[in-house]
Amino acid sequence: MKKLLSLALASAMVLSLAACGGNNSGGGSNGGGSAPNGGGSNAASGDKVVKIGVFEPQTGDNGPGGKQEILGMQYANSVQPTVEINGETYQVQLEIVDNRTTPENGPSAAAEVVNRGVSVILGSYGSGVSMAGGAVFQEAGVPAIGVTCTNPQVTADCDAYFRICFTDPFQGPALASYAKELGVDTAYTLAMLGSDYDQGLVHYFKEAFENLGGTVVSEDFPEGSANFVSYINNAKSAGAGVIFAPVSTNYAQLIIEAASAQGFEGTLLGSDTWDNNMVAESTKGKNAEVVVTTFYQEGGNAEFDASIKEWINANPDAKTNNGGNDVISAVTVMGYDAYFTALEAIKAAGSTDPKAVMEALPGVSYTGVSGLIEFDEVGDAKRDQAYIKAANTETGLWDFVKIQGVG
Amino acid sequence: MLPYLINGVSVGGQYALIAIGYTLVYGILRLINFAHGDVFMVAGLVMVYATASMPIYLALPLVLVVTVALGFVIERAAYKPLRTAPRMSVMISAIGVSYLIQNLAFYITGGVPQPVVNPIPWVSENVMVFGESTKRVTLITPVLTILLVAGLVYLINHTKIGMAMRAAAKDFETAQLMGVKINAVISMTFVIGSFLAAVGAILYFTNYPSVGITSGGMPGLKAFVAAVFGGIGSIPGAVVGAFIIGLCEEIIKGLGLTTFSDAFTFALLIVVLCVKPTGLFGEKVTDKV
Amino acid sequence: MTSMKKKQTIFTAAVLLVLLAVCVAVDMSLPSFHIAVKVIEKASVYALVAVSMNLLNGFTGLFSLGQAGFMLLGAYSYAVLTIPMDKKASVYQYFDGGALKFSLPEVFASFLGDSVGTVVGMLAALLIGGLLAGLFAFLIGLPVLRLKSDYLAIATLGFAEILKAFFQWNALGPITNGSNLLKSYPTFSHPTAYVVLAGVLVAFIVLLINSTYGRAFKAIRDDEVAAEAMGISLAHHKRLAFVISSVFAGFGGGMLAMYMGTVAAAPFKSAMTYEILLIVVIGGIGSITGSVLASFLYIFSSEWLLRGLDSGKFLGISAPDIFKNGFRMAVFSVIIMVIVLFFRRGIMGDKELPDLLRQRSRKEAAGK
Repeated sequence: MKKLLSLALASAMVLSLAACGGNNSGGGSNGGGSAPNGGGSNAASGDKVVKIGVFEPQTGDNGPGGKQEILGMQYANSVQPTVEINGETYQVQLEIVDNRTTPENGPSAAAEVVNRGVSVILGSYGSGVSMAGGAVFQEAGVPAIGVTCTNPQVTADCDAYFRICFTDPFQGPALASYAKELGVDTAYTLAMLGSDYDQGLVHYFKEAFENLGGTVVSEDFPEGSANFVSYINNAKSAGAGVIFAPVSTNYAQLIIEAASAQGFEGTLLGSDTWDNNMVAESTKGKNAEVVVTTFYQEGGNAEFDASIKEWINANPDAKTNNGGNDVISAVTVMGYDAYFTALEAIKAAGSTDPKAVMEALPGVSYTGVSGLIEFDEVGDAKRDQAYIKAANTETGLWDFVKIQGVG
Repeated sequence: MLPYLINGVSVGGQYALIAIGYTLVYGILRLINFAHGDVFMVAGLVMVYATASMPIYLALPLVLVVTVALGFVIERAAYKPLRTAPRMSVMISAIGVSYLIQNLAFYITGGVPQPVVNPIPWVSENVMVFGESTKRVTLITPVLTILLVAGLVYLINHTKIGMAMRAAAKDFETAQLMGVKINAVISMTFVIGSFLAAVGAILYFTNYPSVGITSGGMPGLKAFVAAVFGGIGSIPGAVVGAFIIGLCEEIIKGLGLTTFSDAFTFALLIVVLCVKPTGLFGEKVTDKV
Repeated sequence: MTSMKKKQTIFTAAVLLVLLAVCVAVDMSLPSFHIAVKVIEKASVYALVAVSMNLLNGFTGLFSLGQAGFMLLGAYSYAVLTIPMDKKASVYQYFDGGALKFSLPEVFASFLGDSVGTVVGMLAALLIGGLLAGLFAFLIGLPVLRLKSDYLAIATLGFAEILKAFFQWNALGPITNGSNLLKSYPTFSHPTAYVVLAGVLVAFIVLLINSTYGRAFKAIRDDEVAAEAMGISLAHHKRLAFVISSVFAGFGGGMLAMYMGTVAAAPFKSAMTYEILLIVVIGGIGSITGSVLASFLYIFSSEWLLRGLDSGKFLGISAPDIFKNGFRMAVFSVIIMVIVLFFRRGIMGDKELPDLLRQRSRKEAAGK
């Protein structure tokens, strides 16, 4: 009896699964099958509303960065709260959803954004969670604009994802060139285990640095580490002139602390995640040389800087989210540019329908605060320069160094 | 080699201070207090907020008081009502408390790791040891640990409450019959454990100045492994175990096996459990039917 | 008595059929990215894993915290074996397309036809994941199961951490992709598939629990010494329960991989095990129905119902200062503590779905 029952169960399973059908490669089959409930809906006031989704971490390791990125979008929304579509004025409404930094929360957070009926999605800070969300966006047929997620995998294999920042295959070599220009022969890299972003960037840095004739010693640390003393000592005994650690802000602060305690005399190289006021501030009064690549340097556009500072200072919440001061992070500027790129796409589409916006996006050309934004065939922005800046250990602020290309 | 050893001894000292909390509680209640690592984390958070808003001579005592109070409250609220329940229920309660503390900390901090903005002066400054630079706290930690442990051993061997604790650890029910106020003894172990964890947190977060909601997890687990390694229930065992684990961990990092620096501790645990489940200094306990 | 049993069977079957019908209805009417669909999918996976944990903790009395580790094995096996050939180069971008030069769904599709072959390949990958988890459980169980229950808990927890480090190790990169995500593998896009799959697997566990083995497990839970005196081999049965529980956790991990769409080792940490343990406790230790019910309740509230607690508005009350990030989980953990301390039997205690009928008819009889 029981054997019969289990046999019946097993065959029922295979049959019903076959009926449901395997869906090959991340949900291509019903992509755009049914139109999401998105698009323009009438708000209570009678104004037409277009919704832009914000898919960003507000908690977890990348919480600080995500919050700063959102700031840029909120500021942009306060500057330009409406958009003209086919002669009609629509109110732009931001729908912010917290993806909690980690990929396992990506799908449900992404579904939440999509369900709010958005026309286009901005985010996320952090590549891993962007990839996890990408599958859902693809399935729903809603385009997403990556703001500062630099891993090439975000846009590869995902038609819905576009991106306005440079990518790791550019950023890694740019940093390697800079390290070489410092006259360094040995570099030490430190990345977190299980982080796509860290590992990817280290990979490209290593490749480029070795091509330039240098040697690289690579090490990883487990998630949740706090004690970086031995890693710094390993770097010292390897004779490294630079430590390249493309890690999240929290680890960056701990690494700076350990390097200064152990008397490391070389340069600490960071990637765009290090471009955070808290990182610059943690070098204050320490014996540490910190250099980072980033998307924008404060002072690049005086008018923009002045008005966003005014806005941040007038908003206590915004100031808290910015780390308690009014220093402009590059990610904030990128958030601002992403918002306007999205508006351009909506205008070009002439509709709030996500699919129309997705079709319009590749043709968008917009000159933002961080420079010209145009997309290539993969959906990545065509960018060939990064800003290099260094932490000033006296003021605890960033100083501009140079603009860096590859080569 | 020298910097690794200095650092390893310091890490060992930090683990030792946490491990004592585990070993004391286990000795009496036969309970793995999963929330202990989170008590350690809370001490760090209190330190972040206290040092930012008040002078250091007020902030540090406050950290100790709040942490001790927390340890006391946890025992009274979450473990005492389950004294007669099966051991699995108590362990689940401990996991529940750990979950609760982490989520409350998440709510308060917004889930963002909090940097220690005002570190303790003097202790957090750099010094030179045999030509190697390090923080002063690295040198202070093992010394302070040994002093505190010596005090604790005196307390346990030469005072009345110490005697009661030993009696309770030996045989819970008989001790109760002999007139030992068992609840007071248990509260006392939690108070001592939390106090030492708070001291450990102050040293740890002076060394690594950032407190996240899961900051207590790894040090807590490793300290527990140290307690098992040394023979759970034994204070000298926990301290020795902690120093060995601290040293091994840093030496493994120094050998370039950084990927496995955490995994090593757990591998050691499994090996110890298989070969000698009673640990280095533990007594053989037979289960009574 | 037999008529009672018959009634119970009919009742159970009816409830299950209604639930399946609801699921199919949701499936038909909502697009696959709707939050309701995501909740059903995730909850079915969690239900399976919670039941597998209950088998060990609730029915055999072994306190293991290695669930996340075994799920990790299942998830990786599934993803590694099913990534299509043409996606390998881009997924394993740093490892020259990976070391495995085949993809199970494609292998099966080559002689079974596309749709059937793909599904069979996916199920085969799932099966291999479960068996691998079982194999590891057997190996780790040999030494560890001799230990007392709390040591077992900490040893299994440690084992899960060790596994995580290995899967993130770059030297194994050609298979595991190191620290990088695995993605682009086939998934089931309909919630019905998840419900049916999880349902069938849970049904197997139910069959097991009602067999002689299940009765032996319960005997061990209630009194080890007495069980041994009755001629039940402790070592054998404990190992069996541990391995079977891990096999199903491995299946659960594979299904979680389908749900997530990407696989990385990082999420499979002790927090995940704790979450599942708390689901088991909410449902009632020793009740399959309870675990399933609690999984759906837990996932439904945490992913959907209570999201408002995090974003400023809940039940029409707008209080952004209180309802901010993390409030949802704080409320949740308070509820859990209340259950742990005051309602130790959870929702169902050790009752199952058919028992509900018996209780009601008893009440009716008393009423007459």
